[in-house]
Amino acid sequence: MMTAGLRSLLLAAACSCAMAGAAAAQNLTIAVGAPVTSIDPHYHNLSPNNAMAAHIFDGLADTDSRARLVPGLAESWRTIDDTTWEFRLRRGVTFHNGSDFTAEDVAFTISRAPNVPNSPSGFGIFTRPIAEVQVVDPHTVRIRTRAVYPLLAVDLSNVMILDKETHENATTEDFNSGKVAVGTGPYRFVRFAPGDRIELERNDTYWGGRQPWQRVNYRIIVNEAARTAALLAGDVDLIDQVPTADIARLKQDQRLNVSEVVGLRIIYLALDHSRTDGSPFVSGPNGEALDRNPLKDVRVRRALSIAIDRNAIVSRVMEGAAIPAGQFLPEGTYSHVPGLNPPAFDPDGARRLLAEAGYPNGLRLAIHGPNDRYVNDARIIQAIGSFWTRIGVRTQVEAMPWTTFIARAGRQEFSAFLVGWGSSTGEASSPLRSLVATFNREKGFGASNRGRYSNPELDRLLEQALATVDDEKREKLLQDATRVAMEDVAIIPIHIQKNVWAMKRGLRHDARADELTRAMDVRPGG
Amino acid sequence: MTVYLIRRLMQSALVVLAMTVILFLGVYAIGDPVEILISPEADQMERERAIAALGLDRPLWEQYVAFLGNALRGDLGRSFVFNEPALKLILQKMPATLELALAATVFAIVLGLPLGLIAGLKPEALYSRVIMAGSILGFSLPTFWVGLMLIMVFAVQLGWLPSTGRGPTAEFLGVQWSFLTADGLRYLIMPALNLSLFKISLVIRLTRAGVRETVLMDYVKFARAKGLSQNRVIFVHVLKNILIPVVTVTALEFGSTIAFSVVTESVFAWPGMGKLIIDSIYVLDRPVIVAYLMIIVFMFIVLNFTVDVLYSVLDPRVRLQDQKA
Repeated sequence: MMTAGLRSLLLAAACSCAMAGAAAAQNLTIAVGAPVTSIDPHYHNLSPNNAMAAHIFDGLADTDSRARLVPGLAESWRTIDDTTWEFRLRRGVTFHNGSDFTAEDVAFTISRAPNVPNSPSGFGIFTRPIAEVQVVDPHTVRIRTRAVYPLLAVDLSNVMILDKETHENATTEDFNSGKVAVGTGPYRFVRFAPGDRIELERNDTYWGGRQPWQRVNYRIIVNEAARTAALLAGDVDLIDQVPTADIARLKQDQRLNVSEVVGLRIIYLALDHSRTDGSPFVSGPNGEALDRNPLKDVRVRRALSIAIDRNAIVSRVMEGAAIPAGQFLPEGTYSHVPGLNPPAFDPDGARRLLAEAGYPNGLRLAIHGPNDRYVNDARIIQAIGSFWTRIGVRTQVEAMPWTTFIARAGRQEFSAFLVGWGSSTGEASSPLRSLVATFNREKGFGASNRGRYSNPELDRLLEQALATVDDEKREKLLQDATRVAMEDVAIIPIHIQKNVWAMKRGLRHDARADELTRAMDVRPGG
Repeated sequence: MTVYLIRRLMQSALVVLAMTVILFLGVYAIGDPVEILISPEADQMERERAIAALGLDRPLWEQYVAFLGNALRGDLGRSFVFNEPALKLILQKMPATLELALAATVFAIVLGLPLGLIAGLKPEALYSRVIMAGSILGFSLPTFWVGLMLIMVFAVQLGWLPSTGRGPTAEFLGVQWSFLTADGLRYLIMPALNLSLFKISLVIRLTRAGVRETVLMDYVKFARAKGLSQNRVIFVHVLKNILIPVVTVTALEFGSTIAFSVVTESVFAWPGMGKLIIDSIYVLDRPVIVAYLMIIVFMFIVLNFTVDVLYSVLDPRVRLQDQKA
């Protein structure tokens, strides 16, 4: 009797387990490390927000996991002349509330995107090149740019299309509360709890086909250890930003899978090019002030670059979650320069170069960096400091919180400092324009050129590239500009990060180079 | 009494005003929110637009005066990050934190009082020594580490409790609470226990010290001599008299439990005010930081005030009066 009771109890337990399993197969819980701050896709241009927006909304174009442009709400596009683009829109697409998607919506979106009140980082940077939007018919839009602008489709892939009828006068709060959180995307909005989670459910009438997950729970767990623990405890199915120290252990765990891909984020050192008569954190070998800035001498910059053993940093500090870098972008991307390899580790050569530049007894220098921004950032500058000390450049290492660091770096207070750059568009015009082009407000060049590097030759090549529509010719010009920057050691590239995700066995994830974590990249099986 | 209360209220108002100045200067001194919030891809023109949009192009005193004016009307500014009123954001998160702090206080009293009583009555016994050693650990182990260990043991190894987050909630008085659902309770246990470790230890030590002091008092000896039962002596004569310091400390600690739930909330991804403030500091969301700290200051002032008044109720020897020193 008792055994029978026990058996039925066990059976019931087994059944409920199986049922829970079936239900779980329909649902996906993701834990991400960076908070989503808004559902309004035009409020804050921030990777986590853009990743969330891609679930609910669509752009005219989209990018695949290798950051290549693919059609989105526009089936195709072509240039009619140098400044006019024609986009042919997908037919039969509806928003989640049933409203039709038409050319008017594109025109409305382009007028709304740059004008969201209080936006701390707007989408105007993507729409500024546009002079006029012309609605030809409900499924054709012509966009005229102010000047030749080959990146228009790339830029517009960042701008999510909204519905004119629904979103005219919609505020950011209306999106966050869910009142107008409707798009054309693969998932419908259910609930947003700031700092905690976003709940989504499948859009069964999605134009791109049905997604495998009935419900998606997109949770925010900022603490790295807690995120990993949540995966190990089985509370979440997939986590992003796996800490480098955990990767090896998670790979060995039979219950888990790890996906990784070389990303588009380069970690590099910026150097002070702005001063000619001495730099604040560089002094002679005995601490005496110098009357010139040694960092203006390309030999010193090259010496500092080849003194760094990039392979050691990648294998020891990054535990394999990066590749050594000799230029902005990894192999396989548009405008990567073939044959421009990471500088070889050569401490003797570095000492010779220093002596040639007039510093046979070395220098003293302080290197600065954040300690809470990039993967293992403080440990990277410590390693670099010891490499430099070995060639006679006695280096003092100072790591500080990002909030303090970036404000000081922006005021050109440092001599040598570690920063990172994610080229979300996956081509070299983004880093060239922001990091090494001469600081110029009117052209919008050098906005993040905190060392104030300036090279007329590079500026000329870049401007020429940005005015070249032909993709092949433009790629050649961008490669030339990259080569000029690297040969002149405008910055010292260290490594390019790998993006790492971990998930339950039984899930397949297409790892994205642009670091975005999206439910659309996760499938059952595998 | 009335004069005393009025004077206390005026002092409190001055403290609040002083705090606004300190806060504003302090928050202004750390970094530049636009550098943090803006997309790296943004060019100089977009940066200037963002600075103006957030009102950061105006001189500091002008920003302060505007803030003060709005604050008097109950508007503590709009979050840079969420584009919603800072006060609303914080109040939305408050129930989660209050619930956590209350649960922790309950743990502290339910576990701390009896354990302290046991340790105080039989100070030489082995179990008393174990309790006291445990309370030292509770004081000295860092909260985030204990939190992670709890997760590793109870969520990852044993799988008894969910690792992080706040479970399902039920509505009561227009607010969402998780202690009203069975599943929500499971989510509450670990973070509340983690948050209460320090408080449990504190209550144990206070109770033990109070008991040891009180049992030697003449009135306790007299009660014993009268032939009262052990239970009556302990629960009526001893416990009642040691409650005053325990109540004081627990009430004051309630404030710090709320203010310092930051660590526990981060480790357990508990969506409360503490987590909000950490996230806000990380991105220099000035309005939220200022609003949060203002609320905390306000709360401490109210708590201190309440404790002072409660004192006079609990202990007739204490009189609130205008002291002319």
